[in-house]
Amino acid sequence: MAVARLWRHIPARYNLIGTECQICGGLYFPPRTTCPTCRRDGKIIERKFKGTGEVVTYTIIYSASSTFRRQTPYVLAIIRLDEGPQLTGQIVCNPDETKIGMKVRPIFRKLGEDGSSGIIYYGTKFTPLREASK
Amino acid sequence: MRDVAIIGVGCTKFGEMWERSFRDLFVEAGLNALEDAGTRGEDIEALYVGNMSAGKFIDQEHIGALIADYAGLAGSLHIPSTRVEAACASGGLALRDGVMAVASGLHDIVIAAGVEKMTDVETGVTIDALASAADREWEGFMGATFPGLYAMMARLHMHKYGTTREQLATVAVKNHHNATMNPKAQYRKEITIDDVINSPLVADPLRVYDCSPITDGAAAVVLAPAELARKLNDTPIYVRASAQASDTITLHDRRDITTLDATVYAAKRAYEMAGISPKDVDVAEVHDCFTIAEICAIEDLGFVQKGDGGPATEEGITALDGEIPINPSGGLKACGHPVGATGIKQAIEIAEQLRGDVRERQVNGAEIGLTHNVGGTGGTAVVHILSVNKR
Repeated sequence: MAVARLWRHIPARYNLIGTECQICGGLYFPPRTTCPTCRRDGKIIERKFKGTGEVVTYTIIYSASSTFRRQTPYVLAIIRLDEGPQLTGQIVCNPDETKIGMKVRPIFRKLGEDGSSGIIYYGTKFTPLREASK
Repeated sequence: MRDVAIIGVGCTKFGEMWERSFRDLFVEAGLNALEDAGTRGEDIEALYVGNMSAGKFIDQEHIGALIADYAGLAGSLHIPSTRVEAACASGGLALRDGVMAVASGLHDIVIAAGVEKMTDVETGVTIDALASAADREWEGFMGATFPGLYAMMARLHMHKYGTTREQLATVAVKNHHNATMNPKAQYRKEITIDDVINSPLVADPLRVYDCSPITDGAAAVVLAPAELARKLNDTPIYVRASAQASDTITLHDRRDITTLDATVYAAKRAYEMAGISPKDVDVAEVHDCFTIAEICAIEDLGFVQKGDGGPATEEGITALDGEIPINPSGGLKACGHPVGATGIKQAIEIAEQLRGDVRERQVNGAEIGLTHNVGGTGGTAVVHILSVNKR
């Protein structure tokens, strides 16, 4: 993968920076350059998300593409951020403890690599939010 | 707009065809369709080819020209040939483009086709190529696989509506049963609910037998304006509606993870165009890339209420002798899913059902049929309504 392709997503992937439309108040992650509600009338600004949220649905991946094969089985989920937008990400936890409605918080992790000598890429994964870890 | 009819159909056998190339498959389907229509290459005015990912599967782009060339329509006839892509809905979209070309009056006789050669790369590459039907940057990059995304739909459907593991399995069992009667099908073998729920996990709760396979195959139909169709063919099948809708590319951005709004809207537009309602449909081929996909499809197409797809399937209403037979061909699940060819194969199955040509798996007295082809997790849906009657 070209370095530029990874580099331009760093703010969103590392720090969960998305966008907000100042006209309708809509919140978007990942960032968008056009508000899908207001379209030409929208006004988009940056917006950072906290990264805490809850599991909407999940799966445990046993059969993965070449990049992720060594990590199987892993938990993949759709997470609704506390601010509203939903995203897809991995949850670092025991697959058996995963539940719909489970609260999660973000963690910075390696996501994958381009072969054995290629670029290593990073981003946000999630982990169960426990009282002690607040 | 002019009325359009399917006047010829042709389809290869579906399966792992190590000895046949991309070109071989396409040419066989195209020639069979021309023969069935009683037309010749010289009659064809344009070609529309659905193909998802020849670039990844066989390292070849510029599929339109390649196919026109090997079909003998390029070197001397110079017929325009266009590749159409909407992931797994590429075939349905090629059909729609062909229908639009004829309906508009731009062309008279055209071929709409689809082809995919998926077994020339190893499975990891195939999984990755299919994942490109979803959002590469915000789903695939995080480790989402295609079965993984549908597994998340399944999990939530089970959670919200009480759909059971066995109900999902019933879809696979039914479609395998139908495929035993289809000589073109990849898997002509009965399976049981136990086989499904004990097969290896792919993306929990989906298992190997919940998933459509990796398949090579091609399919083609010949289209003509209705006024010409009767002269060329004794049993033209009329295209009463051709509709398409889009939705967000990512599953997580949907209004409801368990509803494919693209299907809902494409179906609504199609029913309006044909002037019918879901209860008028006698037989349907729907996009069962995974068992959960058929459950969602019969709900979103309006055959059953939202959430009732599981129990309805278990009660047998979608079986060959049920109230609304679904996937008599065996569907993507058992007939096979050469992604670009699937949308065309669905139209062929329905056309043959309406002609009364399919013997053992014939739905008796079928006069109106529907096809439903989905791209990705529902970013695109294409619905066609076919009928033995023009109006």
